[in-house]
Amino acid sequence: MFDIVIIGAGITGTLIARELSKYHLKVGVIEKCNDVGNATTNANSAIIHSGYDPVPGTLKAKFNVLGNPMYDQLTKELNVPFYRLGSLTVAIYDEQIPLLKDLAKRSKVNGVPVQLLNSEEVLALEPNINPNVKMALFAPTCGIIDPFNLTVRAMENAIDNGVTLLLSEEVINISKENDIHIIRTKKNRYEAKIVINCAGNYADNIASMIEPIDWSITPRKGEYYVLDHYKAGLVNRTIFPLPSEKGKGILVSVTTSGNYIVGPSSEPVPDKDDVSTDALTLKNVKEQALDLVPSVPFNQVIRTFSGLRPSCSRHDFIIEYAKTDKTFINVAGIESPGIASSPAIAKYVVNELVKPLMELKEKEDFNPNVRKVERLYYAEQNKDYSFINSHENYSEVICSCEKVTLGEIMDQLNRSCPPHSVKGVKRRTRAGFGKCQGGFCQSKIVLLLAKHYGVSPLDIPLDDEGSNILLEKVKD
Amino acid sequence: MRHVDLVIIGGGCAGMAAAIEAKHQGIDDILILEKNSQLGGILDQCIHNGFGLTEFKEELTGPEYASRFAKQVKELNIPYLLNTYVMEITKEKHVLFASKDEGVEEIEATAIVMATGCYERNAGAIQLAGSRCAGVITAGAAQRYLNIHGYMCGKNIVILGSGDIGLIMARRLTLEGANVICVCELMPYSNGLNRNIAQCLNDYNIPLYLSTTIKEVIGKKRLEKVILTKVDEKLRPIEGSEIELECDTLILSVGLIPYISLLENIDCPISSTKGAIVNEDMETGIPGIFSCGNCLHVHDVVDFVTDEGRSAGLGASKYIKGLSSKGDYIKVIPSDNVSYVVPQNIHKDTSDDVTLKFRVRTPIKNAVIEIVSGDKVIYRMNKIACIPSEMNLIKISNSKLANLENDICVKVNGR
Repeated sequence: MFDIVIIGAGITGTLIARELSKYHLKVGVIEKCNDVGNATTNANSAIIHSGYDPVPGTLKAKFNVLGNPMYDQLTKELNVPFYRLGSLTVAIYDEQIPLLKDLAKRSKVNGVPVQLLNSEEVLALEPNINPNVKMALFAPTCGIIDPFNLTVRAMENAIDNGVTLLLSEEVINISKENDIHIIRTKKNRYEAKIVINCAGNYADNIASMIEPIDWSITPRKGEYYVLDHYKAGLVNRTIFPLPSEKGKGILVSVTTSGNYIVGPSSEPVPDKDDVSTDALTLKNVKEQALDLVPSVPFNQVIRTFSGLRPSCSRHDFIIEYAKTDKTFINVAGIESPGIASSPAIAKYVVNELVKPLMELKEKEDFNPNVRKVERLYYAEQNKDYSFINSHENYSEVICSCEKVTLGEIMDQLNRSCPPHSVKGVKRRTRAGFGKCQGGFCQSKIVLLLAKHYGVSPLDIPLDDEGSNILLEKVKD
Repeated sequence: MRHVDLVIIGGGCAGMAAAIEAKHQGIDDILILEKNSQLGGILDQCIHNGFGLTEFKEELTGPEYASRFAKQVKELNIPYLLNTYVMEITKEKHVLFASKDEGVEEIEATAIVMATGCYERNAGAIQLAGSRCAGVITAGAAQRYLNIHGYMCGKNIVILGSGDIGLIMARRLTLEGANVICVCELMPYSNGLNRNIAQCLNDYNIPLYLSTTIKEVIGKKRLEKVILTKVDEKLRPIEGSEIELECDTLILSVGLIPYISLLENIDCPISSTKGAIVNEDMETGIPGIFSCGNCLHVHDVVDFVTDEGRSAGLGASKYIKGLSSKGDYIKVIPSDNVSYVVPQNIHKDTSDDVTLKFRVRTPIKNAVIEIVSGDKVIYRMNKIACIPSEMNLIKISNSKLANLENDICVKVNGR
């Protein structure tokens, strides 16, 4: 029996698991996909928002402002790329200036350092912004991150500190017997004293297994373009338009890997798994982005994708006990600024919601650090090849576009939260992320995964279970 | 830092031909860097025959064709490193590479020949709309799974794009028992060679739908269906023309792009072919760096790749010996109906004849090919038809190039 079961291994679930792994507890994380961070966490703008934008007094404002400064230490411990480049929220038209000034006031209430810049100052920082720019709000604490590896490393660290991860386990029912939660998945039955619901777009479905609820999650889809990392300097930080009730608008940002990301759109969708893209929406994204940065080279697009924000009918995060059962904690509606907020949410959930229910005894041997991730790409940046030249497989390149070596892939396979799919390898190592989109390296990765797990290449999925790439062995 | 006279990046047929030619020209200090575990490049997965009609006067398979050159490389004792990936080159011609066996090393070259091939336009590049399920794959990747590893990527297959690899895969997959439902082509004409349309589609009753594209791919985990749509003359989808087709696989054969990240990173001038701008020696805008084969412009016949590799090998040899032409350039400009011409620049005092390679934008029947300089017609030829999928080659003797005052234009018009 588990002391605590977390349902959902996205960024909030895994960071809560890591926070709990500091204590003498038996913790399990149940995830319906075959990998952590497989939904909302891996398809978003990858921004650590500064916190000027959420309405003061909301949980979004509170946790965003608390979470943002935690990222320096967190990413150091978890060895995840994170750069505090700052953001510019840009007013291009005269009528936007009062709105921008309102935002500046809101920043003050939220306690976020910002600075209003005039057009010359903006263009000096970002020469490719629309030259008609009138004014911008500079938020120096805004950062960019690799959210997927943050989640993988958080889970890895939690596992290294004793947490159990249960993948490909879809929860279908939760009941209570003798004060113990009985969690039934499609394959198994688990018991837990406390359940923490971090099920993202399905959080309302999971919460409804306990009691009737008066809130719901309706995903809002965001569609994006990813541009190749062909040249530095298109933008040097994250550029936002003015926010609206639909969200923060179409941003243009550099990413931790030197690519550019453009998006997202914002449309509610009924299907909680619908991550399709459509030409019309993307055309609209493109037009809006060109208004912000007219020289975005859309001929350098290497991929389009969409992600689903778990938007809650309450228009704020839900981080609270179930109404009728304190041993069931809902952490729901964690949409933007969810990643920025999640480390603070994790601390709050453990210290303010779990602690009153259960004695938390600290482990003396908790290790906050993960093993360092070595890459040929990093070695090239630092012009230091001593690790590469002294370790097997680190000079054998598998993915040419992104300079990913066999050693890097094997390292991921041998960590405690390893990939089981081609996309699992891709998101961890960047193999297949480049301009050929895996055209050259995918077959090598399928064969590596098959060999590592001792299965046929026919059994290797592209992404979640059932998404197999190969259908048949050719008769010899 | 170790010095090498000639570094050749890529050990496919362009790179091997360049190396062999340079060796024949008396250059001994050569190093071929090849990323795969054997020489041969993409030919290794092209197990169909039809290669080498010009070069060897016989029909070989891709691996056979490649092995003839690999054999020569070995017999001539030309050094090569396998499993070796070039990370960076500089304008000073330093070459930084990571090699499976040797680790990371930087060497200095007098000349570099780029022979890095091309990559396939993929779902990301064409911004294919719809779901992100499994079952959408490029033709070359499907070919590798089948011909190298022995796995079928699908059973009920739609092919988008009538490029040659797609056509060849239509036949190959049919022979392996798959049901190839159709090939869709956005343009009103095929982008493959006529012989491939006949031998790979018509012979197997596989329909080719022109002016047709895929509007959306649909599937939860694996592809379940595609939505086809007709397009108008401006390539815009025609509303109401959609057809839904059930299939488990969509193969993309929507074009090849020169793979030249190394050149882009050092700001080498690039042409509309997405390869480097070169002169008649295949020398790029960066002195001492040469380019040939599919990383210069995408070819349809391997023998032409081989020939271009030889030109680059010869050009690099002249450069190493200090014998390159140094005079002024005449520009070669694609004019009426011509999409590009290689080379883009020719030295007025070139000592050799020059082969101009070009493609037309759209099919032209009863074509007249003209090469003009100002009012002067240097060359004129009638051809039954010119099609975009077929590269045209015209050899111009250097005597005709001497004393020209104006740039050269290449034109193709109907009679």
